[in-house]
Amino acid sequence: MADPATSTLSLRKTALNETHRRMGARMVDFAGWEMPIEYSGIVTEHMAVRTRAGLFDVSHMGEIEIEGSGALPLLQKVTCNDVFKLQVNQAQYSGLMNERGGMVDDLLVHKFAENQYFLCVNAARREVDFAWICRHNDTGARVRNTSDDYTQLALQGPRSVAILQPLTSVNLPELNYYWFIRGTVCGVECLVARTGYTGEDGFEVYLPVSESEKIWESLLEKGKPEGLLPCGLGARNTLRLEAGMLLYGHDMDEETTPLEANLRFLCKLEKGPFLGREVLLRQAQEGIKRRLVGFEMKDRAIARDGAPVWSQEQLIGKVTSGSHAPFLKRNIGFGYLPTEFSKVGQQIFIEIRGTRAAAQIVSTPFYRRTRT
Amino acid sequence: MYPAHLRYTEQHEWVQLEGNLATVGITDHAQKELGDIVYVELPKTGSHVEAGKACGTVESVKAVSEIYSPVTGEVKEVNSSLAENPEWINQEPHGKAWMIKVSLATPSLPDSLLTAEQYEEYVQQEKGG
Repeated sequence: MADPATSTLSLRKTALNETHRRMGARMVDFAGWEMPIEYSGIVTEHMAVRTRAGLFDVSHMGEIEIEGSGALPLLQKVTCNDVFKLQVNQAQYSGLMNERGGMVDDLLVHKFAENQYFLCVNAARREVDFAWICRHNDTGARVRNTSDDYTQLALQGPRSVAILQPLTSVNLPELNYYWFIRGTVCGVECLVARTGYTGEDGFEVYLPVSESEKIWESLLEKGKPEGLLPCGLGARNTLRLEAGMLLYGHDMDEETTPLEANLRFLCKLEKGPFLGREVLLRQAQEGIKRRLVGFEMKDRAIARDGAPVWSQEQLIGKVTSGSHAPFLKRNIGFGYLPTEFSKVGQQIFIEIRGTRAAAQIVSTPFYRRTRT
Repeated sequence: MYPAHLRYTEQHEWVQLEGNLATVGITDHAQKELGDIVYVELPKTGSHVEAGKACGTVESVKAVSEIYSPVTGEVKEVNSSLAENPEWINQEPHGKAWMIKVSLATPSLPDSLLTAEQYEEYVQQEKGG
């Protein structure tokens, strides 16, 4: 047994940092932020979200706001999805692209109004994304990094509606998946979006930093009878992986294209010019050479990020995300493999501490909720 | 809170000597640090383990950690139930979640091992530091 060295010097903190510590969360460094990794345990929290509900502080995520008549053309140029199709109060999952067809980030684009958009981006990428968008801003759009203005809470799980409804002015049954609306939560003006990163029904609430503790505590109190638990980033990661959702920096980066990352549905190649479109068009026509696949361990072992993947005596790739999946009770993961090895059912071997453990490519998502 | 009849390592293993047979496991502090344990890899019966050297691994959902043998000798018995029930390590780390039994050349433990009191103090220091 050896303890991981942890230093919390000069880490960024969310407005709820003291609250997490007081409530006994285990804190870790995540992308330069001191964040709760777990409260009651990853498995307990994971199961709470699958069966009841969990509340996450995800204020490390960044927000970028783009306004003006140049906003739409700018977004059309830097993202691969079709922002033109987005309606007011609708959210869209997309990729921020580079000229090589690689992904600068994955993000959510929310349309506030005509000529007004709100992006939610990854914590580790907020400065990079902001600089990238500004660099490509030749349309005169007003681009602001408003990350420090918001606390973001994710309320996720089948009991989310029952917990949030008594506290909000929003009529939640009318709010569809990937739509959002402004309304009050605990009397505070918020943005309530029916989005998430767990594979369950739920909401992401953007609120003023000053109201963080009040809303966090009210939700936990109101949710207690429903089985709501405060959750950390550990469960967030196992939930997203089990639900087949990708993690930027692991499952895709500046060198992987959305087509390779199995995000074909994000690429609206017919929408007109955008960064990296030529590369994507060529890949769509000629086919891709590698693909992100999901695998399940057959031998008893857990593949971790970076583990080499073998077929016979050939090194064919590496694991990009790997973990035990608490709800499925299986060991699963993602990795990039040459297209010829990427078919469902393909047997592969993953090198774990010098031993090759058998695994098989399976279809994703690994877990899909039953919709009611 | 750490049983007085056990001895401990700074890598958070415990060992109990009966005759020349040493039973080895990981401590309550270790299981708490790791969180939910979902996988354990132990040496095979008949294999040789050496004091201070890695002899297995224990994995929680979030982390992998090596198990360092507190003693040198031959593995006589392995707790094979842990493969199916790794959560026992969280539940009873000093009891039914013992990991291996090692036969020693001489019926004595290395002097470097900590007593329960010393280990408790060590854990407190580590937390504080």
